[in-house]
Amino acid sequence: MDRSLLIHVAVLLGLTALAVSTTQAAEPAPARQKELVHMVRQDCGSCHGMRLAGGLGPALLPERLADWPDDSLVATIIHGRPGTAMPGWQRFMNEAEAGWIVARLKQGFPELD
Amino acid sequence: MRLRPAIASLVAALALAGCATTPPEALRGTGDLGVVIERAAGRVQIVEHSTNSSLATVPGLGDLSHAHVTFSRDGRFAYVFGRDGGLTKVDLLARRIDKRIIQAGNSIGGSISQDGRLIVAQNYEPGGIKAFDADTLELLSEVPAEYAPGKFSKVVGLADVSGQRFVYALFEAGEIWVTDFTNPRRPTTTRYPAGKQPYDGLVTPDGRYFLAGLFGEDGISLLDLWQPERGATKILAGYGRGEQKLPVFKMPHLRGWSLAGGQAWLPAIGRHEVLVADARSWQETARVAVKGQPVFVMARPDGRQVWVNFAFPDNEWVQVIDTVEKRVVHTFSPGKAVLHMEFEPRGEEVWLSSRDSNRVSVVNTATFATRSELPADAPSGIFFTARGQRIGF
Repeated sequence: MDRSLLIHVAVLLGLTALAVSTTQAAEPAPARQKELVHMVRQDCGSCHGMRLAGGLGPALLPERLADWPDDSLVATIIHGRPGTAMPGWQRFMNEAEAGWIVARLKQGFPELD
Repeated sequence: MRLRPAIASLVAALALAGCATTPPEALRGTGDLGVVIERAAGRVQIVEHSTNSSLATVPGLGDLSHAHVTFSRDGRFAYVFGRDGGLTKVDLLARRIDKRIIQAGNSIGGSISQDGRLIVAQNYEPGGIKAFDADTLELLSEVPAEYAPGKFSKVVGLADVSGQRFVYALFEAGEIWVTDFTNPRRPTTTRYPAGKQPYDGLVTPDGRYFLAGLFGEDGISLLDLWQPERGATKILAGYGRGEQKLPVFKMPHLRGWSLAGGQAWLPAIGRHEVLVADARSWQETARVAVKGQPVFVMARPDGRQVWVNFAFPDNEWVQVIDTVEKRVVHTFSPGKAVLHMEFEPRGEEVWLSSRDSNRVSVVNTATFATRSELPADAPSGIFFTARGQRIGF
């Protein structure tokens, strides 16, 4: 009884530690965050608008993205959308960084410095 | 007897007072003026290319993340189209906003009519074009880009041509439309099938041919405006040779500056090449390998050189093609994120904006030496008033 409880606790602690470490890994360093904000506002902004209100590409504002699952938005950023003008950006960021961008887009994206 | 000198001195005094209150800028021409867009700040700088200097800054123009400018035929007013649908008429002499309206939710640019009386804006949201009185910016009419019941397209590539007509392409509809504003309140529109996903368009400097670059297929759609009833034909079809396209991180921009030496110099899509076609037969004559995905492919006004800038991530580079040798003769970086180039009207110098270096560089086109550098806050488009005298600008 005690033994299985200990195992449960240990597993739980382990999972928590894992979750915490993934969250930390998903959070790019501040200098990289700055680069990503610049890339989204300026380079994604060529099609989506610097204020992300849309252009040739759709708006990337929180109300527009709310119904889209995060993983599908991450896949769109990384691999692009065939048949549309959206290219894949995997040369310039990894999935964790795309995930950070998606989370920020859904909250209201940071401004340029 | 004493009255006459008194009147004379009064007249002289009035004349002097007149001189003192007339701002010197009111007594100058505008043929060497232009505007530089400061995209993030929502401002324009008024610049002068005789002295390579900035004269003034005009703020309050809204979201200029994609801005376009057309000029009144007297060269006094710049009409600035902002991304947020703002249309601002800037007085280059008084150096201030003359009028400003919000005409759409999301706009991409606009142009001025042959007679100079209409400003036509092209919009993404709501998709379509709108005509305004050039003096008052009063809305005169609109043509929604409703290509099927309830379906609206984004409008790209708007160009003014003769007969108060405007030609443009519809991204989702894959069509070229020609709208005649002879009666500005009752425009008439003719539609032509063009090809998959036209992303921009241009009219040749004589106003005869409209070319729509296609994103969704390899090729360019061509409409002869002297014989529009023949419909649009495809040129440079299959230029990709079935090979896998490279990703396009920024759409190229087309304008009538693509014609040089009897050839059209056009950006390929998804290939790091400039395509060259004979401007009579429209057959491919060459292709020039370049450093990245071309965005602007602009001929120097005399046509002897073609200058090319590139999409992210190669956007720090500029290449110069010799149009006789059909090869790159110069490669350089004027700064980080080069967004636009504008030649002085006779082409001895070119202005280049480097967004991430916060400057505009003026480069001699014969020696490639940098002649001046002007500070600017994240500059994008550069537009000189000489555009006001050209078809399709």
